[in-house]
Amino acid sequence: MKVLTANRLIDGEAVWLAADHSWSETIAAAEVARDDASREKLERAGKAALLKNEVVDVNLIDVAMEDGEIVPLRLRERIRAAGPTTHPQFGKQARPRIAQAA
Amino acid sequence: MYRYDEFDHGFVTARVAEFRDQVERRLAGEITEDQFKPLRLMNGVYLQLHAYMLRIAVPYGTLNSRQMRMLAHIARTYDKGYGHFTTRQNIQFNWPALADIPAILNDLASVEMHAIQTSGNCIRNVTADHFAGAAADEVADPRPYAEILRQWSSVHPEFSYLPRKFKIAVTGAERDRAAIQVHDIGLHLKRNEAGELGFAVWVGGGQGRTPMIAKKIRDFLPERDLLSYVTAIMRVYNLHGRRDNKYKARIKILVHETGAEEFARQVEAEWEALRDSELKLPDADIRAIETYFAPPPLTARPEGDETVKLARLDSRSFGAWLERNVVSHRHPDYAAVTISLKGIGEAPGDATDVQMDAVADLAERYGFDEIRVSHEQNLILPHVARADLKIVHERLVEIGLATANAGLVTDIIACPGLDYCALANARSIPVAQDISRRFASAERQREVGELKLKISGCINACGHHHVGHIGILGVEKKGAELYQITLGGSADENTSIGEIVGRGFGPDEITDAIETLIDTYLGLRASREENFLQAYRRVGAQPFKDALYGQEAKAA
Repeated sequence: MKVLTANRLIDGEAVWLAADHSWSETIAAAEVARDDASREKLERAGKAALLKNEVVDVNLIDVAMEDGEIVPLRLRERIRAAGPTTHPQFGKQARPRIAQAA
Repeated sequence: MYRYDEFDHGFVTARVAEFRDQVERRLAGEITEDQFKPLRLMNGVYLQLHAYMLRIAVPYGTLNSRQMRMLAHIARTYDKGYGHFTTRQNIQFNWPALADIPAILNDLASVEMHAIQTSGNCIRNVTADHFAGAAADEVADPRPYAEILRQWSSVHPEFSYLPRKFKIAVTGAERDRAAIQVHDIGLHLKRNEAGELGFAVWVGGGQGRTPMIAKKIRDFLPERDLLSYVTAIMRVYNLHGRRDNKYKARIKILVHETGAEEFARQVEAEWEALRDSELKLPDADIRAIETYFAPPPLTARPEGDETVKLARLDSRSFGAWLERNVVSHRHPDYAAVTISLKGIGEAPGDATDVQMDAVADLAERYGFDEIRVSHEQNLILPHVARADLKIVHERLVEIGLATANAGLVTDIIACPGLDYCALANARSIPVAQDISRRFASAERQREVGELKLKISGCINACGHHHVGHIGILGVEKKGAELYQITLGGSADENTSIGEIVGRGFGPDEITDAIETLIDTYLGLRASREENFLQAYRRVGAQPFKDALYGQEAKAA
């Protein structure tokens, strides 16, 4: 399973592509690709967003579903999705309902 | 300290305007990311995991209170209330929006600061001994030469597109506190038999994935020849340095593959054609730059001895701080103070806006308006009257910066690691915090004595792990963090690269492993005076391997 992630051009905020083709600030809203066709769809949307200069550093990343939540496989991506483990008061984890990365 | 002249002001202001235009064009979609990335890097702007990161140059680690207050203002206004002081004596902000960066650079320019050449394949911020101008053991202040190098190297057209980044360090004392032997060029300011100033020139040191100790290619270079000789080195490197492989592009690889003797011969040949050119430094110019770094008016304050004596009797914590964080000054009534940014369990090198403002106040009131950033990620007040030490200590206690641990096991260097950095493979700061908490007891730290522990979250070695008495390198193995330990590294005048001790440890094991190493040292040291590094150099790695790996080590 994959989701598409990037950083927003104007402020660098980590974002994920949602089903409505908007860029969400939380991974929970990301559209999950479970087959090749939907993965290709995500990739096309990412390329388009890059060309429109909405985001930079676009990447497809591996995720799993755990208790109904999208969880990236790599620690790097879990930290991007939550915020620095050393500063729980900063990043997305400081917002309501976002678990810490590790 | 150095003050911008009209040219400097004009240059930095023009650069801010240029970058503002580039950012506006990028945000308007007129230039692509591929076109913009090299431009933003030349202005210190990186993209990290959570946001952009802005790295601001602190030339040779010297700041005044006005500049420190501006850093506090930036932390408060554009960031999240803190900054991270780095091993290149710079400061990084972790959360600025791209759209705000031109305004930040504008604010910086108003206090004679910038972010130029804090990234990219150019000559980076020149670092210097953080006790420069204050150290009792120094021949002369190395910072005038660092400033000359800064002026010469800023947007130098010939050296703006080198094969790879290039780092220069300068020290003015025999005791090397600037790690010059792990720099692309290390300059050791000294006097020859005739009493003239000049440099021993070291080339080809560095850390990263291929750590190497620099080779001394000249024992004495007269000061007037500084720029012509460094230019000769840069030309040989620019011509022959490898551009085909990023990992072999640093000058250390060229020096290694060419051989130090042959490399020196090529430099000398190049220099012959340059030494009498316009690069020869007129004595008047050197002395003019020197006046900017003239020592402050250190009036006699002989009451310091008595004040310090009474304060020691009055407070144990003052005594402990005096012992660890205060070093002697060339003026007997003064001292240089290390402000530890390594509070127990804190992120090494981080300071809040409130702390930055408070340090600025202290520098202004008690420190002749001077602050230094050390490559060990601490702050320094280089000129404090001994008579004022007690009040400075009290004020530091109030702002949580009085930890008496300079040079001890909890004075850890750590890179930002995977908590922030896009290049990292493993986290560094949590490892540092956990070790710091394990050794929180001041008594235990004193018992262990001098120990340099350095942590990097990837092989690029920003945390200087190769030269830690104990070094820790975080790697990613099968999707998990793993920490390799190196032992016996050092970055002083007897530089050595640490050796990997054996298999790595998981995040839950690494602090125990460090404790095992330290307990092993305590068990085998010849005396309390023999520090960890000296003991390691005497007995070698085996007792430490045995302690870490037991039977496994013997079988291997």
